[in-house]
This record gives sequence, structure tokens and C-alpha cells, in this order.
Amino acid sequence: MTVLAMASRDAPKAAVEPPAASLRGVTRHYRFPGGGKTLHALGPIDLDLRQGEFFSVVGPSGCGKSTLLDVLAGLNPPSEGTASFEGKPIAGVPDGIGVVFQEDASFPWLTVEANVAFGLKRAGIGQAEIERRVDYAVGFMGLRDFRQSYPAQLSGGMRQRVCIARTLVLQPRLILLDEPFGALDQQTRLIMGDELLRLWRETRATVLLITHSLDEAAMLADRVGVMSARPGLFIDVIETGWSKDRDSRIVADPRFGEMTGRIWEKLRAETMKHMQTQGAGPR
Amino acid sequence: MRYRGLVTLAVVLSCVLALELACALGWVARTVIIPPSAMVASLSDILWSGEFNRAIALTLTNVMISVVISISAGFVLGVAIHACDFLRRAVEPYLASYYAVPTFIFYPVFIVLFGVNSAAIIAIAVLLSIVAMITATMNGLDRIPGVLLRTARIMRLSPVKTALMIQLPAAAPYFFTGARLSVAYSFIGVIASEFILSGDGLGYAIAYAYNNFENRQMYGLMLLIVIAVTLVNMTLDRLDRRLQSRLRR
Ligand SMILES: Nc1ncnc2c1ncn2[C@@H]1O[C@H](COP(=O)(O)OP(=O)(O)OP(=O)(O)O)[C@@H](O)[C@H]1O
Ligand SMILES: [Mg+2]
Repeated sequence: MTVLAMASRDAPKAAVEPPAASLRGVTRHYRFPGGGKTLHALGPIDLDLRQGEFFSVVGPSGCGKSTLLDVLAGLNPPSEGTASFEGKPIAGVPDGIGVVFQEDASFPWLTVEANVAFGLKRAGIGQAEIERRVDYAVGFMGLRDFRQSYPAQLSGGMRQRVCIARTLVLQPRLILLDEPFGALDQQTRLIMGDELLRLWRETRATVLLITHSLDEAAMLADRVGVMSARPGLFIDVIETGWSKDRDSRIVADPRFGEMTGRIWEKLRAETMKHMQTQGAGPR
Repeated sequence: MRYRGLVTLAVVLSCVLALELACALGWVARTVIIPPSAMVASLSDILWSGEFNRAIALTLTNVMISVVISISAGFVLGVAIHACDFLRRAVEPYLASYYAVPTFIFYPVFIVLFGVNSAAIIAIAVLLSIVAMITATMNGLDRIPGVLLRTARIMRLSPVKTALMIQLPAAAPYFFTGARLSVAYSFIGVIASEFILSGDGLGYAIAYAYNNFENRQMYGLMLLIVIAVTLVNMTLDRLDRRLQSRLRR
């Protein structure tokens, strides 16, 4: 509830334009195999993703970030509450959503090129247009020399880029990214972040990015949602206030340090709480 | 790869040479083993004379029928058992210990059912080879990474498209391993059954030669089978390796 209130106070225009996606009182419980006991993994969550915004999610490991993404993608229904995309309740995977999963999802039996073109072929798009888009995405992701390679011949980070390219060529209106740069080094992460920002500006898609990197969250997002330890709740949603044409050079800005400092302050307490309940970390 | 192949070849060649030498020097009696050169000569006689063409054709046909039945039926059964949790829990323990049972003890049952003919032989061979395919199919389906299926859902593929475009290629290397085993077991099943229970085929020809002290012919036939099986296996191995190298992550 507090999140909702804050969102509407900080952004009066969200009330004018309908949200791209919204969650109301969403929770997720997992059943333990066999037993009747359940694990409360997420929520209750109230969240409005504004049309065309870049929203980052940070939170301690296991707090339910991927679970939240599954609900938004329509892969898992919420246990309680409602989720909607473009005003319609989410039942099954809606059209117009693209997802890059945390795990490697490249198809090992297809070349890089065929991986990227996979969804396009199915969408009934003309051959020339497919080639144009694949060409662009492959170049964009720095995979030009590897078009004919198979995923087994690529590094983990490169495979993750194949998956990103495969999602982006479909030009989804809502892009959900689960730690997509996890297998990349810090420098490449920054550059990929720049590319992602550029793409986001060009396509005007709404982006939800789950990340473990505070810098990444602070640099890329319009808003950063900070989640509590499991069951994950948004303990704060921070407006970064960056201009739309920002890029990675913002890390040199003193306001950037201030921003990561604010996020870390929120997160530090949560992470310590999480570690302590697991019997580790400082007491 | 090249290097490894050369080493294998060198090992085989030196064994053959050693055997040839041992025979020539009279260390092993001709009634026990004939020299490799004589085996090759006997094999070429067998092939040239055409005396065994019928037996060869019959054995290969039986193997082929057994392979086709066990791969296709094994695949279907594997998919069905995989799809049905209840069935799976009931059947899995038996599948796991299946190869501990010497299948050949059932041969009297099949003789009663089919009579002394190819059908009984094929039944034994299928019984021996089908379970390898069932197990491999289930294993392959189990090992499809969940994230690939979630990707299929995000791309809104129909169940049929998901099966054909995602599950089949993702599990193909495992299916192929099962198929390979089925081929090997089919050879064993057919030739061993011919050996013990039939009046025809290559297995019978070897048994016949053995019973009549036809050493030369016996070794020629053995060489024929070894060469045939090795060739088939090498071809399948090459395909297998190509599939597996793609799968590796
Ligand atoms: N399929 C499942 N069945 C049972 N429990 C699950 C399942 N998926 C996730 N969980 C549990 O739900 C909780 C949240 O998991 P989730 O994967 O959403 O965390 P996360 O925030 O994405 O973590 P990470 O940052 O490590 O990726 C965890 O405690 C996990 O054990
Ligand atoms: Mg996760």
C-alpha cells in the first residue's frame, strides 16, 4: 500500500496514463513436495509499472524476485491478488511480453543466428525483415563473428546475450529481464547497460530489470524497487530522477554515489536480516 | 581425435600381429585358434562363395526388424510412461533392474507362442533392446532444462510445436543414445537366439561349424560379425558424438 501511495504521489502523470502492468495484493506460496506446508515466497505486492518506464528490482537472494517476474510474465498465477497487463488480467502468457531468464535459455541445437531468429519465424514476419532484425540484434549484442556458432562454443555471457537478442528482436512492449548481465564482467555490464538504455529509448518499451548490482540498478532505472528478505515486499521504491538520455558516464556524477548509497542503506539491513535467519553473517 | 584413432589402430594391429606370430611359431594349436590371416582368407571364401548369403540376409533382416520395433515402440512407451506419473512410479523400479534378468530364459515361452521361426527370435531381441530405448527416452525428457520449456511458453508455442521444436531437439542426443543401445542389443539378441534355438541365420551357422569342428569357417563367420558390428557402431558413434558436442553446455 505504501508503495502505491508513493508511486502516485511521485508521479502524478501515472494517474493520467494507464500503467503498463499492475499488481494488486499479489502473493505467491509454494507447496513443499508431499507435505501440506507451504512456503510464503512473495508479497503481498502492489506495483504499477508506468508506461515506458525503466524499473529495476534489487533484493537479497531468494527474496522472490524471479517469482515476481513469473507472475508478471503469466507463467505462474498469483496465489492471491490480481495481476494485469495493459489493463487486462494476466491469464497465461500475454502477447507483447518478452522475458530473459536468469538461467541460460539458448537452444543448444541451433546456431546463434537461428536462435535469434527463432521467435521471428513463428511470428510470420517476412524473410527480409527477419534478416534485418537479426542482423541488427546480433551486431548490437556483439555476436557478429559468432553468427554460425553453436551455444556450446560460446561463453556463458555470450549465451546470455544470445537470449537477450532473441527476446529483443520480437520488439516486446514489456521486457522482463532477470539478472541478464550476471555472467558478464563489470566493464561489459556497463556497456551492455548503455546499449539497453539506447534500445529502451528507441523502442519505448517498458522494462523491468532484476539485478544484483546496485550500480546497475541505480544507473539504468527511472525507479528502483528495493525488496525485503523473503517473503519479498517492496520496502522502498526510489525515484532516480535521471534524464532520459542518460548513459553509463553517470557513474562519475556525485548524485550517482548518493543514489547507490541510499539503495544500499535500505538493502544492508534487509540482507543482514536474511543472513541471520539463515544462521550466517554478523550478529 | 586423429591421434586417438591411430593409437587404437596400432593396438589392434599389434594384437593381430602377435596372434599371427604365436600361431606361426606353434605356441597356440590350430585346433584352438587359427591365425588372423587364415580368418581373413576364410572370410573372403565365405563372401565369394555366397554360401552364407541367405544366412547373412536373414540375420540382418531380423536385426533390422528388431531395431525398428524397439526404437519406435520404446520411444512411444517412454513418452507415455513419462507423461503418466502414476504409471511411472509403478514401472520405474522394474525398468531400473530390468537388465539384471537374463531375458533368454523366456525363450521357451516365445517358442510356444510363435513357433521356431524368426518371430520368436525377433521377440527375444526386442525384449532385450526395447527397455534401453524406453529408459533413454524418459531420461531425455527428464533432462530438458525447465527454462527451455518456460521459453516455449513465453513464445506462446502450442503443445505440439513445443514437442517438435523444443522437446524433441533438446532431448535428441539422449534418444540417440537409446537408439544406439537398441541396435547393439538387437544384434546380441538375434545372433544369440539363432545360436541357441534356431536352424538358420549367422548365429546358427557359427554353432553348426563349431559342432562339426569346422574351425576355419567358424572363425571366418566370427570375423564377419565383428567387422559388421564394428562398422555399424563406428558410424553411430560418430553421429552420437556430433549430437553430444552440441548438447554440452
Ligand atoms: N518452483 C519452486 N518451488 C518451491 N519453492 C520455490 C520455487 N521457486 C522458488 N522457490 C522459493 O521461493 C523463494 C524465492 O525464490 P526466487 O527464485 O523468486 O528468488 P530470487 O529473489 O529470484 O533469488 P535469486 O536472487 O537468488 O535469483 C526461494 O526461497 C525459493 O526457495
Ligand atoms: Mg532469481
